[in-house]
Amino acid sequence: MNMHAKPKLRDGVVTLAHGGGGKAMRDLIDDVFTSVFQPASMEDQARLTSTALTEPGAQLAFTTDSFVVDPVEFPGGDIGKIAVCGTVNDLAVGGAKPLWLSAAFIIEEGCDVALLRRIVASMATEADKAGVRIVTGDTKVVGRGSADKVFVTTSGVGVIPAGRNLAADQVRPGDVAIVNGVLGDHGAAILAARGDMALSSDIESDCAGLGHLMEAVIDAAPNVRAARDATRGGVASALNEIAQTAKCGIVIDEDSLPLRPEVKGVCEILGLDPLYLANEGTLVLFVPPHEADAAVAAMRSTPEGRNAQIIGTAVSDHPGTVTMRTRFGGGRIVDMLVGEQLPRIC
Amino acid sequence: MRYIEEFRDPKAAEGLLSAITRVVDEIGATFENPVHIMEICGGHTHAIFRYGLDRLTPPGVEFIHGPGCPVCVLPMSRVDECVELAERPEVIFTTFGDAMRVPGTRKSLMQAKAEGADIRMVYSPLDALELARRNPDREVVFFGLGFETTTPSTALSVQQAAREGLENFSVFCNHITVPPPIKALLDDPHMVLDGFVGPGHVSMVIGTTPYNFIAEQYGKPIVVAGFEPLDLLQSVLMVLTQIRDGRAEVENQYARVVPEDGNPISLAAIDDVYEKRPSFEWRGLGEIDESGLRIRAKYAPFDAEEKFGIGYGAGPRVVAEPEGCACGQVMTGRIKPTGCPQYGIGCTPEMPLGALMVSSEGACAAYWQYGGLRGLSDTTATSPMEPAE
Amino acid sequence: MCLGIPGQIIEITDEVRQMAMADISGVRREVSVAPVVDGPLDGLIGSYALIHVGFAMALIDEDEAARTLEALQGLGEAQETLDAMEDGARALEGQS
Repeated sequence: MNMHAKPKLRDGVVTLAHGGGGKAMRDLIDDVFTSVFQPASMEDQARLTSTALTEPGAQLAFTTDSFVVDPVEFPGGDIGKIAVCGTVNDLAVGGAKPLWLSAAFIIEEGCDVALLRRIVASMATEADKAGVRIVTGDTKVVGRGSADKVFVTTSGVGVIPAGRNLAADQVRPGDVAIVNGVLGDHGAAILAARGDMALSSDIESDCAGLGHLMEAVIDAAPNVRAARDATRGGVASALNEIAQTAKCGIVIDEDSLPLRPEVKGVCEILGLDPLYLANEGTLVLFVPPHEADAAVAAMRSTPEGRNAQIIGTAVSDHPGTVTMRTRFGGGRIVDMLVGEQLPRIC
Repeated sequence: MRYIEEFRDPKAAEGLLSAITRVVDEIGATFENPVHIMEICGGHTHAIFRYGLDRLTPPGVEFIHGPGCPVCVLPMSRVDECVELAERPEVIFTTFGDAMRVPGTRKSLMQAKAEGADIRMVYSPLDALELARRNPDREVVFFGLGFETTTPSTALSVQQAAREGLENFSVFCNHITVPPPIKALLDDPHMVLDGFVGPGHVSMVIGTTPYNFIAEQYGKPIVVAGFEPLDLLQSVLMVLTQIRDGRAEVENQYARVVPEDGNPISLAAIDDVYEKRPSFEWRGLGEIDESGLRIRAKYAPFDAEEKFGIGYGAGPRVVAEPEGCACGQVMTGRIKPTGCPQYGIGCTPEMPLGALMVSSEGACAAYWQYGGLRGLSDTTATSPMEPAE
Repeated sequence: MCLGIPGQIIEITDEVRQMAMADISGVRREVSVAPVVDGPLDGLIGSYALIHVGFAMALIDEDEAARTLEALQGLGEAQETLDAMEDGARALEGQS
């Protein structure tokens, strides 16, 4: 097909006709999606070959995630960037090299085509950066009010090279917990961008693909035990998941948590805890103590890891529970979040 | 952050903690025979747990978590009325996030929202005013909740609405006042309090003189405190020092924010907009005389009780506490959260039975969230960073 | 109860409604300064106020803050002196 044909789609907004299976839908898909993603063929299924898969001991990694975010465009990114980075990161934290993504779009009737184009463009940019290809996809159009502008689902396939086994149950007492950057930027940026609380700030989402960072860490610290991207529920939830799976305790140090002053500000105003704020480009990983310095240095050599920091240690005490040493040497539990974190005023 | 970081300095905390330990020793207080200090304000409760101060102070100091959490003392009947208001099709119901999860007899505001009620979380009553301006065809009701700290902001918003003639704005007023429940607690024969840490932000509005009765009539020390950890520790030291010296005075640790006479503009706004109700129901404490505020007749168009025929204006409505819920006893300091038979069994943050488990300022939720006695000994939570093996 | 946070008044945004922009650690929010008005609104610019639910509820008294901190530091120094005395006492015991 001719990728450089004149755009066929004249409509400014998506209508139900674009989901009807006819020419309008074809035009939307050709013009907005495939012209940018440029899949190798237009068959209903992607056909993939990978030499990496034939390596003895290599494992296939497969993940899927749906993305809804209000607003769909926000300081530091948009839903498309999150949809690529989120799935790339889900692969990367397992030690997989991300290869292919699928992308499915549920589009609300009335959605601006220009918005879709921007989202698709940022997906293409992020996919290029991460070295993955978006090889297959789908669109559906739903009536006004049945979705919020656009929802995106991406699935991702990657290969875990032989010999790698990053898993939460590999974490053992003594291992060191490291984060690659400041906490809570995404959650705070979205809160401010929504405007409900009438806060303004220069906080940008930390949204970023972490594939290259993970490869750098694994090169420098080959015994890295486990990594988790600290998305919804924040670093606190990621640590709790690891503590419960590894059946060990985790102690973090309040003083070591990297936080932007503006994020602290948002948290102080609304009574929120930054440990529970969402991130889209922040992960926490565990390495044996002798590899901790190398892992931190490797992270700091990448753009996404400039603010990498050791934040705590796995311990044999209180298995399954995360505690924090406060700046005063006091202690408290860092529990899983119950439901949604609500702004506290009283 | 200016005026925050310097009051979180760990080095200064060490000095305070040593001084606290010395005074506790001089008093002769021990774990078995501790000094009971009530922090009245839920914000203080939250800070104590957030910074782990309860684990840092010597065992001879026991904190009793007071009734100063407006969400915790909100009776179920009030939540039910909020839900009823919110479910009216013409209403946009605006509330602070704190009240969203409090269970009513049928449902919480969170559940009502999921079922389609138009409920918006706001940071300020000013945001509710703005919603009223932008939605002239809807009725915007603001859930006025909180103690004297928050009361002036609602009053000033009502005055602003009156000036603008914003007829679609009203307040469901559930504002309450701090001194009456303190008096009720002090009159309770089971009470074993030795002193109080007073609510700093309430006091920036009302000043320190309304607490004189605590020192003069009941002979108990009270120190009005700020909210940073050093503020709290210093206030505890000041209370302990009064006890050691046999004094009972109203002292002000938070002088950078709290003037002795409070804030005259806020007090005038309160006086202009509200009058005292004869009595108001507190969850766990029952009806307390002159402890709640209602909107004066001259602002009746902005009073949701008048406008919608609901609330105290429509006659009393009493809802029994859920069975087995011991929030009242916890709030009066008679038992600790862990002494409640439902704690962690029928009542958890996921499925709160009582209000103290709902708000993160509630004693039970704070115990649960920040590591009160859930199989964790005090030593493990403060174990050093070094690996244990 | 009563979450409040110090913020700096940086700009008057609405003279009539007595509204101003407050900066809290790099986050800005429009607040009412009605409770702290004492003379021309411009006079508030630069000062720190305790912000609660969108209102500047009290101006922060710089001198009082300094006094409180001084007292706290005094305690810290007293502690250091005590520690030194104890160390000294222990050293003496070691000698005997």
